[in-house]
Amino acid sequence: MALEEPIIEARAVEKFFAQPDGHRIQVIAPIDLAIYPNQIVALLGASGCGKSTLLRILTGLALPSAGQVLWHGKPFDGQIPNVSIVFQSFALFPWLTVLDNVEAPLKARGVRAIERHKRALRILDTVGLDGFEAAYPKELSGGMKQRVGVARALVVEPELLFMDEPFSALDVLTAENLRGELLELWLSKKMSTRAIFLVTHNIEEAMVLADRIIVLDRNPATVRADFEVQLAQPRDRRAPRFIELMDYIYKILTQPKREHKPPVPETTPVVSGESPPGKYQMLPHARPGGMAGLLEILLNRQGRDDLSHLADELVMEVDDLLPIIETAALLNFARLHEGAVEITAEGRTFAEADIQTRKLLFRDAALRHASLLRHIEHALKAKSDHTLSEDFFRDVLDEHFSEEEVQRQLRTAIHWGRYAEIFDYDADHKRLYLTEP
Amino acid sequence: MTKPIFGRVILPERTWPFFIDLLIFGAGLALFYGLLVIAQTWFGPFRPAAEISQRPQALPAYAANSLLRMLIAYALSLLFTLVYGYIAAYSAKAERIMIPLLDVLQSIPVLSFLPGVMLAMVALFPRSQLGVELGSILLIFTGQVWNMTFSFYASLKSIPQELREVARVSRFSWWQRFTQLELPYAAIGLVWNSMMSVAGGWFFLMACEMFVLGQRDFRLPGLGSYLQAAASAGDTTAILWGVGTMIGLIVLLDQLIWRPVIAWAEKFKFEQVESAMAPRSAVLNLLRRSAVVADVNRTVFRPLTERVGLYFARPIEGPKPPQSLPAWRRWTLRVLALTLVVATGYGLARAGLMVAGLNAAEIAEIVRGAGATFMRVMIALCIGAAWTIPVGVAIGLSPRLARVAQPLAQIAASVPATALFPVVLLVLIQTGGGLGIGSVLLMLLGTQWYILFNVIAGAMAIPTDLKEATSIAGLGTVDRWRLLILPGIFPYLVTGLVTAAGGAWNASIVAEYFHFKDQILMTTGLGATISQATDQGNFDLLLGATIVMSTMVVTINRLVWRRLYRLAETRFKLET
Repeated sequence: MALEEPIIEARAVEKFFAQPDGHRIQVIAPIDLAIYPNQIVALLGASGCGKSTLLRILTGLALPSAGQVLWHGKPFDGQIPNVSIVFQSFALFPWLTVLDNVEAPLKARGVRAIERHKRALRILDTVGLDGFEAAYPKELSGGMKQRVGVARALVVEPELLFMDEPFSALDVLTAENLRGELLELWLSKKMSTRAIFLVTHNIEEAMVLADRIIVLDRNPATVRADFEVQLAQPRDRRAPRFIELMDYIYKILTQPKREHKPPVPETTPVVSGESPPGKYQMLPHARPGGMAGLLEILLNRQGRDDLSHLADELVMEVDDLLPIIETAALLNFARLHEGAVEITAEGRTFAEADIQTRKLLFRDAALRHASLLRHIEHALKAKSDHTLSEDFFRDVLDEHFSEEEVQRQLRTAIHWGRYAEIFDYDADHKRLYLTEP
Repeated sequence: MTKPIFGRVILPERTWPFFIDLLIFGAGLALFYGLLVIAQTWFGPFRPAAEISQRPQALPAYAANSLLRMLIAYALSLLFTLVYGYIAAYSAKAERIMIPLLDVLQSIPVLSFLPGVMLAMVALFPRSQLGVELGSILLIFTGQVWNMTFSFYASLKSIPQELREVARVSRFSWWQRFTQLELPYAAIGLVWNSMMSVAGGWFFLMACEMFVLGQRDFRLPGLGSYLQAAASAGDTTAILWGVGTMIGLIVLLDQLIWRPVIAWAEKFKFEQVESAMAPRSAVLNLLRRSAVVADVNRTVFRPLTERVGLYFARPIEGPKPPQSLPAWRRWTLRVLALTLVVATGYGLARAGLMVAGLNAAEIAEIVRGAGATFMRVMIALCIGAAWTIPVGVAIGLSPRLARVAQPLAQIAASVPATALFPVVLLVLIQTGGGLGIGSVLLMLLGTQWYILFNVIAGAMAIPTDLKEATSIAGLGTVDRWRLLILPGIFPYLVTGLVTAAGGAWNASIVAEYFHFKDQILMTTGLGATISQATDQGNFDLLLGATIVMSTMVVTINRLVWRRLYRLAETRFKLET
């Protein structure tokens, strides 16, 4: 790692939500992280893993629950340090012209009109936006908008440039083009920024741009890997070392961390009103239909395929693909092995079955392997009228997940439950019903 | 300073800079003179019985008077909105009290306070005309401020997280955040709510201007009093002149103020893609081309905002902002809160004592009145809904019909119902109808438009694919209404009915009790009880009846309308 002094350093920074009962929901486990000059650092992880939160903690926008962020060795004094952020949604002010948007941060720093104007025009020229000064953001294409976002970020000559999924909202070609331009600016030292911190869920993007990649695991966010990409720029995506590293990252992202995985109890009858057993595993947010599609594809490929190959071919990003694979793995329809996914005997039966049989197979698998669904079924069966309020399960889940995650868990559980005809949900009364056989 | 010229120069189709500039200059001068004249009368001595002329020549002055009252009330409302909305949005503690309070205030029928407020203001300024003027302004203010405040508060609360973060990372000062983020983001909501508020304001203004209490004549020189005087005298020509001026004024305001403002506010729309149908305004184009406006903008406005902006801006390597003084501020707040609680308690106790002094007959009158007014409001709503739903759906589903009918309906709706009360009464008396039925008609007059416009909007919002699906499915008329149209317009209908109900309660104050041609027309009702109690100086009864009315309206809001709203938002929302 570089010998220089870090620009920003996070020491044992963590984020959690304390529950009224003293229970904690950990979003980010204690993390140490330092950003050194002359590097593009990519923070890689699936969506909802806490990487954006980490970015906000580093910039001073959000406060960590514990730990400390040091800016040149000193803690923040309430003032946001000299950094900029490029946002996924561009976050431009639609009522300001391109020029006014870029001038806004200078205005905030008390730069006078003439100077402001000069600097804004210069930076707009750098990002290739000359001629668009008087346009409003809504007149621009997505790529142009993000150029404005970059110009606004660079105009204050930030010491550290943060980018939060900057190319995710753009189409593939535009994103590729902007990545190239960013790299060009960076390598030719046309920006005075000393380091870039890029948050992304796109493995290839990280591989193309970054000098150093930090892979984050979720629930709670922990650093799974932190390594330097010692490949010369521009990088050849077909180079063996490039492909090797890509596979390595896929492997990290898909390997379950056993030490965090709770043991799945075989049968634990639960009666409503009693406290539930242990921890739930997190349901991956995928639909049964998506999983069925994946299994069919695997069947056509002799039952096995590389993850990076699959993602590439389906033009899907890890974010979209992982939950589907995790669902198949959870239900024991597929197995993850060394960055490859392999269909199991059960998965084969499922993929070859007709619609009604699939439902039955899904039902069996879900009740056997997904503790939340099993718990819901038991609880409903235990009640004489076979119905329970959604809030009951919400309360139970509250002890295990953050509020948003509870919402997502329930939605996924309800979706699976409906598909498998285990239980149904009445949206008007917010109640779950056991499906009558 | 040289400004570079940017690429998008718009070539105007026609330019009359000289003419326009002269026009703008002249208008400014005339406005200033008018303000001077009106100020003279306002600060002049109080005239117990206003002489209201019926000559058409008096109309411009009356219209100017009415307009100025509206303007001041609106300016007050805007100021209140910005301050109240800002505090409620940013102080979590204050929010918990301020928002429920706002909700109660907005559902109380303002006109029930008209008699009380007028008396209080006249007592406050016994020697000058200012008291009555302030009273009317205060009432218009309370009639129009709440929805604006709500809109501003809701806008502030819904500013996207990332825009806020941009402001923070860019180190915006509060002033820059206010002018470049918060105000622009809230602009569209503020503009539309301002329009609605001002339209509602006319309703209250007319009621205030023609206000007479027993022997005391609080009439203010204005369009409302002119119309009332004309109707009292049965002077048809004067009535026509008055109504014409009223409509003219409203159309003029729409063309000269609201349309340009809406077209201008278009740029604040929070959208990332340009919409094809942007509102336009010829007046705004004129102003944009005017050399005078451009000059003023360049030499006065721009340097001024630059100065203010730089004043608030923080230098790059600035010292830390000084810590605020938490100790004395906390104490001031505590003292303030305590005073508020004590004052409220005292007021409540006194009010309780006063109401406790009501005798059985008076209580019976209030209860009977409450029942009668409630029935009238319901009947007015039913009649309104009965004709507006089919008509509104027909207009909403047929673009051809909408093009003709909508502007007409807008003009008809823009005339404040209170302005027409005297005229309608005149007709009622001549045809021998009583105020019992007449007051329903008067309520209907003011409230049916809310339902109509909402139904039209609802019918227009029904997605084409759903319409096509029902046609393909070959549904009959009944099924079409049951499965498509009624569920489709339901959320809009609820909104319309809520607004209409509020308007109807308000109207009952002026509709059930009326001074007309030196006689008093009245019928049984809570509104009549309130007006009559004030007339006779029976403050116990006035207070009791006002409390009953406010409580009823707030309770109905909570029990009925809010539930329907929730239903509309969950089940009948058309999500795309």
